Amino acid sequence: MDPMIRLILAQGMLGLNNGVFYAMLSLGLAVIFGLLNVVNFAHGALYMLGAFLALILYSYAGAWVGLDALHIGFWPALILAPLMVAGFGMLIERFMLRRLYKLDPIYSLLLTFGVTLVLQGLFINFFNASGTPYPGMPESLRGVVNLGFMMFPKYRLFVIIFSIIVCFVVWYIIERTRIGSRLRAGTENPELVKAFGINVPLMVMLTFGFGTGLAGLAGVLAAPIYSVSPLMGANLIIVIFAVVVIGGMGSIAGAVVTGFSLGLVEGITKVFYAPAANTVIFLLMVIVLLVRPNGLFGRQS
Amino acid sequence: MSDTTTEIGEFEENTGEPEHRTRSRIWQGVFWVALIGFLLIAPTLFYPVFVMQLLCFALFAAAFNLLIGFTGLLSFGHAAFFGGAAYIAGHALKVWGFPPLLGIAAGTLFAAALGWAVGSLAIRRQGIYFAMITLALAQIVYFFVLQMPFTGGEDGLQGIPRGHLLGFIDLNQPLAMYYTVAAIFLVGFLVIYRIIHSPFGQVLQAIRENEPRALSLGYNVDRFKLLAFVLSAALAGLAGSTKALVFQFASLTDAHWQMSGEVILMTLLGGMGTIFGPVVGAFVVVTLQHVLSGIGSWVQVVIGGTFIACVLLFRRGIVGELARLLKINSL
Repeated sequence: MDPMIRLILAQGMLGLNNGVFYAMLSLGLAVIFGLLNVVNFAHGALYMLGAFLALILYSYAGAWVGLDALHIGFWPALILAPLMVAGFGMLIERFMLRRLYKLDPIYSLLLTFGVTLVLQGLFINFFNASGTPYPGMPESLRGVVNLGFMMFPKYRLFVIIFSIIVCFVVWYIIERTRIGSRLRAGTENPELVKAFGINVPLMVMLTFGFGTGLAGLAGVLAAPIYSVSPLMGANLIIVIFAVVVIGGMGSIAGAVVTGFSLGLVEGITKVFYAPAANTVIFLLMVIVLLVRPNGLFGRQS
Repeated sequence: MSDTTTEIGEFEENTGEPEHRTRSRIWQGVFWVALIGFLLIAPTLFYPVFVMQLLCFALFAAAFNLLIGFTGLLSFGHAAFFGGAAYIAGHALKVWGFPPLLGIAAGTLFAAALGWAVGSLAIRRQGIYFAMITLALAQIVYFFVLQMPFTGGEDGLQGIPRGHLLGFIDLNQPLAMYYTVAAIFLVGFLVIYRIIHSPFGQVLQAIRENEPRALSLGYNVDRFKLLAFVLSAALAGLAGSTKALVFQFASLTDAHWQMSGEVILMTLLGGMGTIFGPVVGAFVVVTLQHVLSGIGSWVQVVIGGTFIACVLLFRRGIVGELARLLKINSL
């Protein structure tokens, strides 16, 4: 195979791997924004929280309960950590965000920004600011697979496939099931949905929990790839915002497709001009704003 | 949730009755006297560098307030103007050998140009998207600052000379430097005050209150927003350039998104849409940071907590609450 094509494919795969996180986080943001009209700045911090919970479950939780040999591994963490993050998210919704729905949405953005700073500050205090590697990667996912054009880490391949399934399931639930149709109805006309006897505040809380849980899940998936650091979410959330501006928050499928493709674009940029890889998503955002101000999948406001 | 009401900088009972107006004027007068009195005697009471830091941030927050408080636009990227201007001013002073005022002017001009570029992109979207776009664009500036050869990367730009003001006043003398900064602050603050009270400022406030109505009255809303953005960016740049001159360095922190967050907090805490609020807010936040500097990254937790408390309990801010207590509508 031509080495250039090989290089593009390889960087594309790695880019797709970052795209996983763009897609899952912007998906969660879109779900939350759709129903609550809230842009959750803390989404990055909750992703970081998910990664740290995986780390804590593996390295510290056993010692805390007096069982030094106990390590709660990756698979249980993949379920437990997102549930904990979702629970935390629901507390934020119930006791803080709920008071702000009648106000300008920028207040909820500012509130969740405050939550971000608190979480980040706490984890910087208790953990190494420069990052800790996650030791709990399952044995079955270690090693590499031969993709023909490159040797690709098995774990990363798992992450790509797993997240595509998750994104599809979320899309299916929201667009094709009864629960999803209630959610969408709640977005359009909360008063009418209330009149049908549906507990809208509960639904809103669960939706926020669900969206934040997705961020937590992404965090657990990220833990074995990147080192677990208090700042891992802060740097990501700004990219996610650009992704969301490009894709528009109006559509679930749009958020997912934009997330994956921007990861791909970023990876391929590395082949041609590495220093621009950091900024290519932001530059694309500029172009989209100039050409299609409402975003690729955005509805006219 | 379509009937969201805008509450930014809005006061109850916005009456134009004469007695209200007189009372407003009296209290504004009190604040002006207090402010100018503080500027004059502060260096005898506090460490001048600390007061200069207060003033730079107060000007930064007041410039920011012009957007959030008086136009209703939340920019999450003002650190780009503050920090970007600091680097340009620093470079002009250090490498090109500009005299102090010209260096500051260079930084300010750069911030205005950058503000024009960022503003004309960001005003294409509204509300929450505006905030996200400004944040993302400011991140581009941050990456530039990080990667450009002249900025010194992680170390920042160090050893910026203070030079001689107008050729004969040595700014290495603390008091000369202090009164120069106080004068720059006062000029900047007066410009902001004038903008708010000009017909142009009234249109901005109309846009804040009800953009579709301002549009239907025939105002070119986008042009007004853009001009407000450029002015705000330029004044933020003035603050950043001055800070670079005072501290003799420009650092990555100045351009980081966390700085954009801090200026929002200063304005929110002091009172969005009030005249003196950002100054009070900046004083409180900077003092807090100094007092708490011994506890390391707990500062971030405190700052975050203050943010949450302000949004939940205290949306009018210190000066806004005071104005409500005094039953006046503009302070």
